[in-house]
Amino acid sequence: MSDSNHNRAYFGDFGGQFVPEILLPALDQLEQAFLDAQQDPEFQREFTDLLKHYLGRPTPLSLCQNLPLVSPNGTKIYFKREDLLHGGAHKTNQVLGQALLAKRMGKHRIIAETGAGQHGTATALACALLGLDCTIYMGAKDVERQQPNVFRMQLMGAKVVPVDSGSGTLKDAVNEAMRDWTASYATTHYLLGTAAGPHPFPTIVREFHRMIGAEAKAQIIERAGRLPDEVIACVGGGSNAIGMFAEFIDEPSVQLVGVEPAGKGVDTHFHGATLTAGKPGILHGCRSFIMQTDEGQIEESYSVSAGLDYPGVGPQHAYLKSIGRARYESVTDDEALAAFKLVAEKEGIIPALESAHAVAYALRRAAEPDAPEILLINMSGRGDKDIDHVRKIFAQQAAGGQS
Amino acid sequence: MSRYEAMFARLDQHQQGALVPFVTLGDPSVASSLNIIRSLIAGGADALELGLPFSDPVADGPTIQQAAIRALAAGVSQADCFHIISTIRAEYPQLPIGLLVYANLVVSNGADAFYQRCQQAGVDSVLIADVPVREGERFNSLARSYGIAPIYIAPPDASAERLAEVAARSEGYVYLLSRAGVTGADTTLQAPAARVISALKAANSAPPLLGFGISTPEHVQAAIAAGAAGAISGSAVVKIIEQHLHQPAQMCAALEHFVASLKAATNKP
Repeated sequence: MSDSNHNRAYFGDFGGQFVPEILLPALDQLEQAFLDAQQDPEFQREFTDLLKHYLGRPTPLSLCQNLPLVSPNGTKIYFKREDLLHGGAHKTNQVLGQALLAKRMGKHRIIAETGAGQHGTATALACALLGLDCTIYMGAKDVERQQPNVFRMQLMGAKVVPVDSGSGTLKDAVNEAMRDWTASYATTHYLLGTAAGPHPFPTIVREFHRMIGAEAKAQIIERAGRLPDEVIACVGGGSNAIGMFAEFIDEPSVQLVGVEPAGKGVDTHFHGATLTAGKPGILHGCRSFIMQTDEGQIEESYSVSAGLDYPGVGPQHAYLKSIGRARYESVTDDEALAAFKLVAEKEGIIPALESAHAVAYALRRAAEPDAPEILLINMSGRGDKDIDHVRKIFAQQAAGGQS
Repeated sequence: MSRYEAMFARLDQHQQGALVPFVTLGDPSVASSLNIIRSLIAGGADALELGLPFSDPVADGPTIQQAAIRALAAGVSQADCFHIISTIRAEYPQLPIGLLVYANLVVSNGADAFYQRCQQAGVDSVLIADVPVREGERFNSLARSYGIAPIYIAPPDASAERLAEVAARSEGYVYLLSRAGVTGADTTLQAPAARVISALKAANSAPPLLGFGISTPEHVQAAIAAGAAGAISGSAVVKIIEQHLHQPAQMCAALEHFVASLKAATNKP
């Protein structure tokens, strides 16, 4: 990218490439490879083949049979079933896309950050499949908390590096991956896991998840005969949401709703509702909303759902919020846990805790007097990974302890 | 004439390169930070490079990360950091002082207010580690309006075109990287390619100071022999702080001694 084309890096005043000078050639190379690949039928064929025959696309669209329980207007809720993908969540879509890009650039080593281990697991499986060397940075605290995922990654041949510095969580894993990349960019691709980071990552991640919304749009028109009133997705970094939103942004009749984790409440220090309670700033390569102190130090986020536990957010979400095109709501741990349980009991689906946030908002919305007729939710992942965690929380609650 | 210009002119007369130590402001506390900086100057520092502690320093290796963590854990605020700078400025009116920061610290309360604060404290230059030339436009004019020199980094593998941009945007000096990667004290120094230095010179660059991995007098000598105008030593200096956290007197003596040993290596061949 020449500097005169730099506006491609921005969504309004959000985005950009706030990285050490030394990384720019790697970002330019990645952008060029991505632009070429988008025009290359051979690349598209390979990607589509993997999506279909390895991941299991297209995913179904399920109309809820029993939810919502309370709905004055008879609201219908549809789930886009990304939880049924290989890997257990939407994440594998874009990971395969980026892994193919890495091969195209002749880079055979992949590094990635992971919080709870979902993106790390997706990256490890793609690297196993495509014969790439894989190193995953993971906060030391997260390594402790997420042993099964650490083992999963190792089973698939990834090297998991615990990151001790800072808070020992996702943001520190991102820092460490970026540090690795400033030394290794010539041979290594940084496979960023969300729609944040420096350009071109937010655009690449969106485009490699765009099929979520594209499939859902065609499916709901076929099933319901029209577009949904609201398209709803949970937002941590924002990858599943932007993949779901992308095809609906130009449909003015469709409201876009991102659901952030309110944790123990957005007025406490324990939440991850960046767009709701953060302010604009620069972190991990882009200008977006950030949870930060008055002096600009980055704060630690919190959520019962590790996948939403990030103090930043993708720049396109910041932009969609700033122009009023998307609305960002928040849902507490308790509301998400209640939705988690309800979806299991009433629909026979165990959602990821992340996706349960989106469901919790939808149930709240469906109960309002002006509730719309059709809500479409991205069921971004399945809850198998959360079973132990949730079981412990419910046991504590049953014993009368705090959640 | 700026303080940097005056320094380089004076050093030229003495046939010397510049020795520029780096420390993180407020590490390990405000009071010791002042004494640490005074020791660096007593050891013969020609200029200072000072870092504002940041929670997420992606361009820094473990040593300087720990320095930031120590400062933040001690409750050091931006106001404390600027107070340290003002104090040093008052004591050493001619000494060039560069600030090394991360972008969010500059923008969090408005970049205008940040540069104004720099000017009031007596800062000469600001290098934002995660702002490449391409993103620098929104900062350069503000910096200049407060008389602050913007500094950019010249990577060792940069194209001539990119080096020319770095040269055109940087005032005071250019931060020349000895190698890829993050800050850290190395056992061996990769001398900068003559190609990079000559490309900068061809582009009428401000004098290049070599940084990353400078930890011995031999490294300083090698930097100057390769054509750099001087060397910046950070992690090796900060390591001395780390090793003497509970012995402030020994810490300052060791720092002064170390800086003096590096400074002695700046004579041009």
